[in-house]
Amino acid sequence: MALELNQSEFTVERDLDKCIACEVCVRQCSNDVHEFDADDKTVLSESSKCVGCHRCEELCPTGAITIKKKAAEFKENSNWQAAHIKNIYKQAESGGVILTGMGSDKPHTVYWDHILFNAAQVTNPSIDPLREPMEIKTFICGKPENLKIEKQNGQFKLKSKMGPYLELLTPILFSAMSYGSISLNACKSLAAAAAEYGTFYNTGEGGMHKDLARYAKNTIVQVASGRFGVDRDYLRNSAAVEIKIGQGAKPGIGGHLPGEKVTEDISGTRMIPQGSDAISPAPHHDIYSIEDLAQLIDALKEATDYEKPVGVKVSAVHNIAPIASGIVRAGADYIAIDGFRGGTGAAPQSIRDNVGIPVELALAAVDTRLRQEGIRHRAAIIVAGSIRSSSDVVKAIALGADAVYIATAALIALGCHLCQKCYTGKCNWGIATQDPYLTKRLNPEIGTRRLHSLLRAWSLEIKEMLGGAGINAIESLRGNREHLRGINLNDRELSILGIKHAGEAW
Amino acid sequence: MKRIFIDEKYCIGCRLCEIYCQVKHSKSKKILKAFREGQPDILSRVLVEEIGHDSFAIQCRHCDDAPCVSACISGAMTKNEKTGVVVCDQEKCVGCWSCIMVCPYGVIKRDISSGKAASKCDLCVDEEVPVCVKNCPNEALKIVQFPDEEK
Repeated sequence: MALELNQSEFTVERDLDKCIACEVCVRQCSNDVHEFDADDKTVLSESSKCVGCHRCEELCPTGAITIKKKAAEFKENSNWQAAHIKNIYKQAESGGVILTGMGSDKPHTVYWDHILFNAAQVTNPSIDPLREPMEIKTFICGKPENLKIEKQNGQFKLKSKMGPYLELLTPILFSAMSYGSISLNACKSLAAAAAEYGTFYNTGEGGMHKDLARYAKNTIVQVASGRFGVDRDYLRNSAAVEIKIGQGAKPGIGGHLPGEKVTEDISGTRMIPQGSDAISPAPHHDIYSIEDLAQLIDALKEATDYEKPVGVKVSAVHNIAPIASGIVRAGADYIAIDGFRGGTGAAPQSIRDNVGIPVELALAAVDTRLRQEGIRHRAAIIVAGSIRSSSDVVKAIALGADAVYIATAALIALGCHLCQKCYTGKCNWGIATQDPYLTKRLNPEIGTRRLHSLLRAWSLEIKEMLGGAGINAIESLRGNREHLRGINLNDRELSILGIKHAGEAW
Repeated sequence: MKRIFIDEKYCIGCRLCEIYCQVKHSKSKKILKAFREGQPDILSRVLVEEIGHDSFAIQCRHCDDAPCVSACISGAMTKNEKTGVVVCDQEKCVGCWSCIMVCPYGVIKRDISSGKAASKCDLCVDEEVPVCVKNCPNEALKIVQFPDEEK
């Protein structure tokens, strides 16, 4: 066998004074890093196989294991960085595309971290959300041009006809992750948590598993280029329908679920033969223009008796503002914009790290453009692509979003350690895998509880931040960019974001 | 009485229940010391059975009409009327292993250190929650109040 130039990424350090050779690590690692040596009654570790998921470290009862970044470094070179060299070694061997999972880990500017939120002092009172009512209920829908109210028998009644809408108790939804890319237990956790908290989860493009049908009222069903699992019942058994055009991590790229992962259950859910590759084409072959998109939106509205909102999910790309304008004019009730730091189960690394634009800039550009054109009210905006905390949510809403989609954050709540090896199907946390030995590691009861706690915690923090700024309803914050200030940003960035620099008063 | 149940759908076969059971029934009750002092001396009262992807942990069911109690020749194995827990009195046990032979679940083991007493789950009566349940990372083991048929 020829020399392999791949270096291991991690070092598994085992404190032999603490190791009791209980073999928990051996049983938990799907990458076969740990091995029990029956002769010496010790556990040996092969660091080169470690992906850094930290499962063994978390489960070790004595804390004997530490996973560390391997210290070996190439000769310092600002141009030829270690990542380039390692990738070339890998590709010289495999001749293939370098795959990766989750969102980009490259040090691109995270604009959320360069935006600061306001607080009330002296001239307007702040509000204590623990003592006073604080409204964060959010509606996802198109809104009428104006409201007509009539008086009937001495009572005022709304005369304007409202379209279908989604009612969220917090401005956070779970973003699209298909059954296939994640395990059924992960899907169940998301669905149950959304239903318990009063928000929504998204089926992704993989169809709806029969066990999840009972969460239909809290389900956004996706219609993607592969049309997996789409039929009349799928569309009607939902709260909203979403047309997926693109995904932030891989704009312009389709999907490919290998045949070996298409088990009996997945084949039934996706409505494709067992063992066949599930290929999502890069484009929708019936959408080559805004007019075509309008036709599909109309068709889906027709199919659901005009009872459900129909949204369109696009990745944040350079022309996002005019594209969004077209989508609104095509009749979408909401647009979901997925920024380039958004996650994925598998994407070519070159695409994930280099294609698309940050969602903060895309959101600001879209909101500004839609306002300029006077059509902002016709559709809601949901932003996705690495919303990491409640403060990101607050900043997104102040920049103009109606709500946010979270997916990576939700998976982290379920145990994900961002090892970025989703595409291998060996997820030790039972999330991005279909291996029955691994999927049972995610107990949906625990998953639901943890996701519910995350939503609760973020909602409390959102209320605290609103209260601090003297705002008692999230509707008053929406698009209110005066509450934001930039820091360490240049004039061009500030003008795109439409915010002032820190230190500039009203 | 309280009984331990396992949801085999979520048993991940990590065997942490066995490890914590061993620690609980060791002299020192400290994990590092217990294992260093002599692993063979401490037996786990909970056993993880595993075939392929399927696994589950099982311990004494504390049967209402416990065959081990009937089979015990020395009167060491008794069922506590109040708590419902089946316990083995180490002093009285003569090591005939009749209990092991009649146990329909195979959850009684020979205690090698003493050479006679049988080792079985005591439901951690001195703990609020049995240690196997407390330390199950996937909550596959649960302790639930089981309606007492006699009442």
